Amino acid sequence: MPKVTKFPTRASTTERMGDFTHHLRKNGFKVGVQETEMALRSLGHIDLADPFEVRLALKAICCTDLHRYARFDDLFDAFWLNQSVMRMQHQETEIRKPNPSSFSNLSSFMQQQDTGRTGETDTPDNDNDGEANNDGEGKLVSTKVVNNNHTDLREFLRPEDRALAERAAQRIAAAIRYRRSRRRKAARKGETIDLRRVIRRSIGSGGEPMQLLRRRRPERPVHLVSILDVSGSMTLYARAFLAFIRGLIDADQRADAFVFHTSLMCVSDALRDNDTLRAVNRLSIMAQGFGGGTRIGTCLKQFNSQYANRIIGRRSVVIIMSDGYDTGSAELVGAELERLRRKGCKIIWLNPLLGWRDYEPVAASMAAALPYLDCFAPCNTLESLAALEFELERL
Amino acid sequence: MAPCRHMMTWTDLKSRLGQAGYVASNELAMAIHIALQLERPILLEGDAGVGKTQVAKTLAEIESTELIRLQCYEGLDAAAAIYEWNYQRQLLSIRAAADSGASAEAMEARIFSREFLLERPLLRAIQQDRPPVLLIDEIDRADEEFEAFLLEVLSDFQITIPELGTIAATSRPIVVLTANGTRDLSDALRRRCIYSHVPYPDRATELAILEKRGPDLSPHLAVQIVSFVQAIRKEELDKKPGVAETLDWAAALAGLGLKDLTDDPVTLQASLVALLKTEADQAAVPGEVAQRLAGVAE
Repeated sequence: MPKVTKFPTRASTTERMGDFTHHLRKNGFKVGVQETEMALRSLGHIDLADPFEVRLALKAICCTDLHRYARFDDLFDAFWLNQSVMRMQHQETEIRKPNPSSFSNLSSFMQQQDTGRTGETDTPDNDNDGEANNDGEGKLVSTKVVNNNHTDLREFLRPEDRALAERAAQRIAAAIRYRRSRRRKAARKGETIDLRRVIRRSIGSGGEPMQLLRRRRPERPVHLVSILDVSGSMTLYARAFLAFIRGLIDADQRADAFVFHTSLMCVSDALRDNDTLRAVNRLSIMAQGFGGGTRIGTCLKQFNSQYANRIIGRRSVVIIMSDGYDTGSAELVGAELERLRRKGCKIIWLNPLLGWRDYEPVAASMAAALPYLDCFAPCNTLESLAALEFELERL
Repeated sequence: MAPCRHMMTWTDLKSRLGQAGYVASNELAMAIHIALQLERPILLEGDAGVGKTQVAKTLAEIESTELIRLQCYEGLDAAAAIYEWNYQRQLLSIRAAADSGASAEAMEARIFSREFLLERPLLRAIQQDRPPVLLIDEIDRADEEFEAFLLEVLSDFQITIPELGTIAATSRPIVVLTANGTRDLSDALRRRCIYSHVPYPDRATELAILEKRGPDLSPHLAVQIVSFVQAIRKEELDKKPGVAETLDWAAALAGLGLKDLTDDPVTLQASLVALLKTEADQAAVPGEVAQRLAGVAE
């Protein structure tokens, strides 16, 4: 049975087309007056009476990527063929409200000036439930022959260790701070000669190139974004990592930081708190307070839809710190990492468990993530964090 | 005489593409049609080897016009894409004029004239008498700066050279951009273009392509080849074989004189080098798998 398009009696084609682009826009298409105008013009070049042709033409005009290309047909049917599906769920427009409770908790922690925890060091953790394959380096603590660099970060964190972590972070930030551009720009010193300017200058001296002007490849700052897992399984490391992230943020005013467990929150500003100790302690207390399930995929999705468009570009380096133990779906982790990667950024995954002997990244989410990572490295000791400097320089 | 571009319907266009050896899907044919009629650039996205570049070549062929190609890469800049001054000639000219005692102003005017300008693809494309096809290949490899710059050229079709002034287009080229989808392009660029996604061809289309462009094959073998390739694309591979690979492989099989894929497992396995281009992929399709796929292809 043929489907019939019912036009409201008084609506002109122009109005209807305007309504259609509006319909698409509501469903997450990036279309506007320009597309409406193009669509109307295109109608002159096809058979207007044939819905098939109109569909193909509008599809070519209104779609801008594969994702929308795939959804167009349904939306077209919904609008022109009077089916009842008017607005469909759209992945990219659904902006999840940040969990209000996490933020209010964050601020309430911020207000508790005296928690009595300032400067507290973590005691070695004894309930190694299911984590028996620790390589035992941490045992050095008890023999008092302490080599901080070798101690697993979850064992303890004293102020001087924190300082070390921050220094390591700052070195790493400095190492990956600049990537050299492949384009060239005029400069006083540089590896190639700028012939265009040399020739111009040489006219004055009768064709003798007296002054050699040069070009070089300018340095471009890299934008660092760190995402830290503060769920239950990571609690022991969270404090050290927060110090590390703080180091990264200190080194670069543009850097951003996020923490997540079951939802994601931006902590860049909290970490820029002048009092290192206070910031770190508050955040780690907060992290402990929320230590529960982890939903890496959901959080990455939230990151992608809420922040990535704004802050991630080709010059971004995203550092994810997580053990990869996830209560959500592993496919989602892979899919969201792929989406993130398509923005052209580098993705580094630091996994504290990787430093343990015999660790294999078998956790489903970790396995799903591996193909999309530019660097997958251990970070369970300060030494391993410092070693990253060289690793990251190569990216 | 071929019908004028402005009189064609999209089905005309589709059949003309077909005559020139390109089997286009309805979506693609309509997108090209709209792009031609509205004089908009067309952006083709799809995996490597699905025939995106071939669209531009075929378009140039049916419009009997020149194809100007700009291959993008990281670091591509104005000097390589638009124009550059011919420095050697400029130097020589300055030296020659210095002896004749010309004034500096006259000299400057002379060496920064069109005579000393080297045209690169973009400048060349807007200066033809007959609108050429401008293929901007793999735009997602170029930097964001270049993308922004391209936007400017594509909207105004004019190029400003500081020493010379603005050069306006004598004819609007037919612009075809291709992207592999390895990174996101800016929304601004996407919105300026007519978009079409080019998927791997389905069975019938691929068979038609093989008939048009492939070697002389028995219908039975052609069907087998297409079924095999369609099946192998469903395997877990790093790099799925594209249309070009199918054609290469068909040519290889024809050259080896194979009549049936199941005839000679050893030859079949050896010929797969034309289809699978990485070591991992070749390891992923051992003899048994190839035989199974060839058996399914029956």
